[in-house]
Amino acid sequence: MNTDVLRRWETLIAVLLAGVAVWASLGVDGFAGDSNVSFLLLDTTEIALMALTMTLVIVAAEIDLSVASTLGLSCAVLGALWNAGLPIEAIMPICLLVGAACGAVNGLLVTRLGLPSLAVTIGTFALFRGLAYVILGDQAVADLPPAYTGLATSSIGPVPLATVLVAVLAVVAALVLHATGLGRSIVAIGANVEAAYFSGIRVKRIKLWLFVASGVMASLASLVYTFRYASARADNGMGLELAVVAAVLLGGVSIFGGKGTLPGVLMAVLLLGVVRNALILADVANEVLNFVTGLLLVASVLAPNLGAARRRRTPSPVEGKSVS
Amino acid sequence: MTTRTPWRPVALLAGLVLLTSACGGTTKSDVQQQQSSAPAGSASSAASSAAADPNAPLKQGLKIAFLPKQVNNPYFTIADKGGVDAAGEFGGEGKEVGPSDASASSQVSYINTLIQQKQDAIVISANDPNAVVPALKQARAAGIKVVSYDSDTAPEGRDIFVNQASAEDLGRTEVQLLAKQLGNKGKIAILSATPNATNQNTWIEFMKDELSKPEYKDMELVKVAYGNDDDQKSFTETQGLLRSYPDLAGIISPTTVGIAAAARYLSDSPYKGKVKLTGLGTPNQLRKFVKDGTIEAFELWNPADLGYLASYAAAALASGQTTGAEGETFKAGKLGTYTVGAKGEVLLGKPTVFDKSNIDDFDF
Repeated sequence: MNTDVLRRWETLIAVLLAGVAVWASLGVDGFAGDSNVSFLLLDTTEIALMALTMTLVIVAAEIDLSVASTLGLSCAVLGALWNAGLPIEAIMPICLLVGAACGAVNGLLVTRLGLPSLAVTIGTFALFRGLAYVILGDQAVADLPPAYTGLATSSIGPVPLATVLVAVLAVVAALVLHATGLGRSIVAIGANVEAAYFSGIRVKRIKLWLFVASGVMASLASLVYTFRYASARADNGMGLELAVVAAVLLGGVSIFGGKGTLPGVLMAVLLLGVVRNALILADVANEVLNFVTGLLLVASVLAPNLGAARRRRTPSPVEGKSVS
Repeated sequence: MTTRTPWRPVALLAGLVLLTSACGGTTKSDVQQQQSSAPAGSASSAASSAAADPNAPLKQGLKIAFLPKQVNNPYFTIADKGGVDAAGEFGGEGKEVGPSDASASSQVSYINTLIQQKQDAIVISANDPNAVVPALKQARAAGIKVVSYDSDTAPEGRDIFVNQASAEDLGRTEVQLLAKQLGNKGKIAILSATPNATNQNTWIEFMKDELSKPEYKDMELVKVAYGNDDDQKSFTETQGLLRSYPDLAGIISPTTVGIAAAARYLSDSPYKGKVKLTGLGTPNQLRKFVKDGTIEAFELWNPADLGYLASYAAAALASGQTTGAEGETFKAGKLGTYTVGAKGEVLLGKPTVFDKSNIDDFDF
């Protein structure tokens, strides 16, 4: 029953994505061009990257709202170390370590102290961003090596290199979630944490590493972001966490955990990107844009729950008949 | 749970860091060397290879898009309306698009869609002078002319920067404005932002230079106070100035925070109307102080004119009147003829003075 609903939700997103894409290609000037498609893909890179690990975290019935702040902190560290004269090749792994450390802070607070991740990551959301400002202030570091900034915006045909990175990591994440014992453990933790614990799943350890993975992914996104915009600033990626959570929920992942697939999330990331891009091209005002995105989101949270509620209300075939 | 395993990947990464830093890699100084050896301003020299004809007619139906730092910001709404109106005058099509958050990344999204829409020109106020440059370079490569206004981008990102006011004009006119109110005599003070604020310090240098002219020999600058662009600190600094110099005749505050705080203090004090206050402020912020007589006149550039000029600059570029090279001229409707200065800068001109007679014409 559950997988059935799930399938239907993903089918819906796929149909919606295809529909919007066809409408935009026919009705919106400039949408279907190679350069626009390439730009559209590039523009969703950071959100897609962070959505991969966010999916795992939310499936495990936790949440990480500090991803965009981790991205900002990682950018600030990159900028500060670059100014200090370190080679960029050494700075990049340091940034990934910073991301891992941020994730570990979240993970330890959640698993060792048993605090709710919503509260913990709202705290570190402010903490990491604050730290980023302490490190870099309001300056922007822009003299980054052209070899790397070029790489971040280059593409093979219409497919940006950054999208290839997303695709590879998406395959890895999808395999982990859908084809390994670890993936099944993550789903089990989200569905029923006590049952998972008593069936021998190392709940705390898995959750800790999910947060670490989320932090590392945020810092990886920070590298793409910094090189793509050729600008390392403490306020980089401000507000992205909401876009990430939005995409994950729209992709059919249950906010209560235990349910969700990566293909659904990736399609949702694309859907949000396509809608935004097409509406901007069609000169739709920004306010309407935010309204449409919000509407999609509310619908995505509402629809599966409405479905579930209706089924609960019509349990017996007899009652069902009388209603219909 | 074992405690050893988690550290393995960390140690591995740390080793990698050491290795790469030992082997060397690309550092800040490498990039600086590369950039200094590369020919400077290659983008602008390529652009100026085409000949400019200052008498070329403006093309009809030019599509000009205004991309402010943020939409629904009163200052930019007025500036962009000035620009769209100008486009209407010369038979072009102007529009304002932009993000509701003042972030560089969302501006980049808009630049990319403007490229797809094949606009003739983009007029932008940059949220981050560097982050928008890669996208603007693509726009220029696609034949779109780029004008920056209000906040410049790095020079390689645009053809022309329309600067709202020069430091020299701002500094000198503020002294002239106060001198007129004081009859050229009396003790004056300056209430600035922070001691190391670049803009304010440059303006103050020009104020001092202006004050050294013979016609101001009876005016004496007794103190430069710093309110740190903090409302409360600016308020107490004003209080302190008047306690230390009870015979103070006037205050110049070249910062919007400072002038508002000083006005608030003066309006509730016996000095109201006796101690003259002027400087840089916005009409909405100072309207009530102008009406109650605390402030006679203050100044700022007119944002509508800024947008208007930027619009004409964009049209002039797209029509071949100018290439953005130094010394070239172009016509800007009711504002007259402008000359492109060094580094592609065009100066809007002297700031606008706001007083009782005109303040209600402005809403920003």
